[in-house]
Amino acid sequence: MQQSVSIRDLTLNFGSVKVLEHLNLDIAQGEFIVLLGPSGCGKSTLLNCIAGLLDVSDGQIFISGKNVTWLEPKDRGIGMVFQSYALYPQMTVEKNLSFGLRVAGMPKAEIDQRVARAAEILQIQPLLQRKPANLSGGQRQRVAIGRALVRDVDVFLFDEPLSNLDAKLRSDLRVEIKRLHQRLKNTMIYVTHDQIEALTLADRIAIMKNGVIQQLADPATIYNKPVNLYVAGFIGSPSMNFIPGTLDGETFTANDGTRIPVGAYDFVTRLSGATKSVLGVRPEHILLGDAARNMPFQTQAEIEIVEPMGSETLAWTKVAGVPVTFRCSSDIPLHVGEKVTVGFDIARGSLFNAESEARL
Amino acid sequence: MSMTATIPAGTPMAAGANEPRGQRPKPFFTPKKIMLYTVLVFFSLYYLFPLYVMLTTSLKTMPEIRFGNIFALPTAPSFDAWFKAWSSACTGLTCNGLAPGFWNSVKITIPSTIVSIFIAAVNGYALVNWRFKGSEIFFSILIFGSFIPYQVMLYPLVMITRELGIFGSLQAVILIHTIFGMPILTLLFRNYFASLPQELFKAARVDGAGFWRIFFEIMLPMSLPIFVVALILQITGIWNDFLFGVVFAGNVNYPMTVQLNNIVNSAQGTPEYNVNMAATVLTGLVPLTVYFVSGKWFVRGVAAGAVKG
Repeated sequence: MQQSVSIRDLTLNFGSVKVLEHLNLDIAQGEFIVLLGPSGCGKSTLLNCIAGLLDVSDGQIFISGKNVTWLEPKDRGIGMVFQSYALYPQMTVEKNLSFGLRVAGMPKAEIDQRVARAAEILQIQPLLQRKPANLSGGQRQRVAIGRALVRDVDVFLFDEPLSNLDAKLRSDLRVEIKRLHQRLKNTMIYVTHDQIEALTLADRIAIMKNGVIQQLADPATIYNKPVNLYVAGFIGSPSMNFIPGTLDGETFTANDGTRIPVGAYDFVTRLSGATKSVLGVRPEHILLGDAARNMPFQTQAEIEIVEPMGSETLAWTKVAGVPVTFRCSSDIPLHVGEKVTVGFDIARGSLFNAESEARL
Repeated sequence: MSMTATIPAGTPMAAGANEPRGQRPKPFFTPKKIMLYTVLVFFSLYYLFPLYVMLTTSLKTMPEIRFGNIFALPTAPSFDAWFKAWSSACTGLTCNGLAPGFWNSVKITIPSTIVSIFIAAVNGYALVNWRFKGSEIFFSILIFGSFIPYQVMLYPLVMITRELGIFGSLQAVILIHTIFGMPILTLLFRNYFASLPQELFKAARVDGAGFWRIFFEIMLPMSLPIFVVALILQITGIWNDFLFGVVFAGNVNYPMTVQLNNIVNSAQGTPEYNVNMAATVLTGLVPLTVYFVSGKWFVRGVAAGAVKG
């Protein structure tokens, strides 16, 4: 597939602080990439570099095959949507949408046509004559998307566009952004700290930490086969359960002596000899009762806390001496103090080297 | 065990008509309020009294002032002293009253205010949004300038304006006011622009707007509140200035404050207190009006600053 955005060896320093270091990223034409990470991981900085709002210290950026490293934002073929919407407060919605086109000196007829098309796509025709102050949060964000839309760009950049909205609107607009992507088929780069947004929207997710991309893969791979402890712990809510212990051949021995056979595990790298390692298993992969009896590993556990969430129930217990959460259907009655059988299949779990934190 | 469930609706929780219910009563005469209003009234009178004396005296005739009580109301109020102060009181050698000084002050204040505010607005905008190498140092030096006493810079500035060939002219005094307004105004605009969302500026850049376009089309329309503040500062500051006017403007261009001084301090004849009082009130009228008119706008402007869009 053709490359839409290529980032080569990108480095950015703020004074002596290295924010991004030798970062490489290739994004295919029409791909939806999500940059995911906690605040301060450099994801927004990377987006600003791609937009041309920050000058890079070293490296190159290509958009649609053109080296844009030294180009002004307007000449890069990008449109950007900001977290705070950044609508011009004194202009009507229509003027907000057309501002960039007017700056570019486009003929009025074409401006009107483009604004009309964007308004139609985003369903904001009735709002065109209003000022931003008279719009709701969701409407404002739609106008902000429209401002990128009218410019007919190759690449859309989203900087946490839904973070200022309430939960209900956020999920509505999430679907709309996905629909928009399916309709326009533009390349989209989307920055967020919300893993649900990342998992639901992305073709591929780049998980970042301290200016370095930890893993770049499709959501299923990120979720099921995280490359290191950081990614494993960051993705998933409630987060993955970690059991520290020692791996020797095909047996994992937890620190309290519990032995867990790991023969069925799909190793990336096989180690010889005993290695300090961490076994990770997701809450929904721990099964209960009869279902647990078919699992390769099972044990008795006492329920400590029960959190009913409506559609499912979250329970806290101890396995191999460490606190573990698991999810089950809300139909199953669970009581604090009850002894239950829990079990899981190591083939669905993850093993990490305790020292390098890398996946085994 | 639940007691409340068995009580029929509408039954008071406790017997007795004086049980607290609904809005808490707010008595008017509480010790706190009496104290507060006493202090407020006292200080209002304290500040209003001189104004009262000024106004009544300016409406009296000289014999009445000489024999009467300073606090008494004028027996036959007359604006003669006001007309004299405006058009025929002697300011040194000429006797044309304050009128020429008023127009000089207008000629000094209007251009100084416009030029200084415009330059400071551009300064503040550039310092926040277009950081350049050394912009922080530039700003520090500018702010440092506001701590240096005027007297220290007076003589060098006289020499500079003399070399420029504008000493003793309107241009000189306008230039000086513009320079001395710069530190505080730049600080004002810089802080205001820094409080506007940075993403707005970024969005405008992505839209392709340049330095001046962003300034005029995005930033200025959002800056009304700070412009009002700057206007008040500059108009009152420049109008009330005495030092720069007397040093740089030259005899024919003396601003109103200097003329007022000349009227009040003129050595010939007996002091005409009614004319002096009228002249003083006349000179103070412009800043006073600015405060009255813009005070409302000022508050409204600050409140309007909350629109973030």
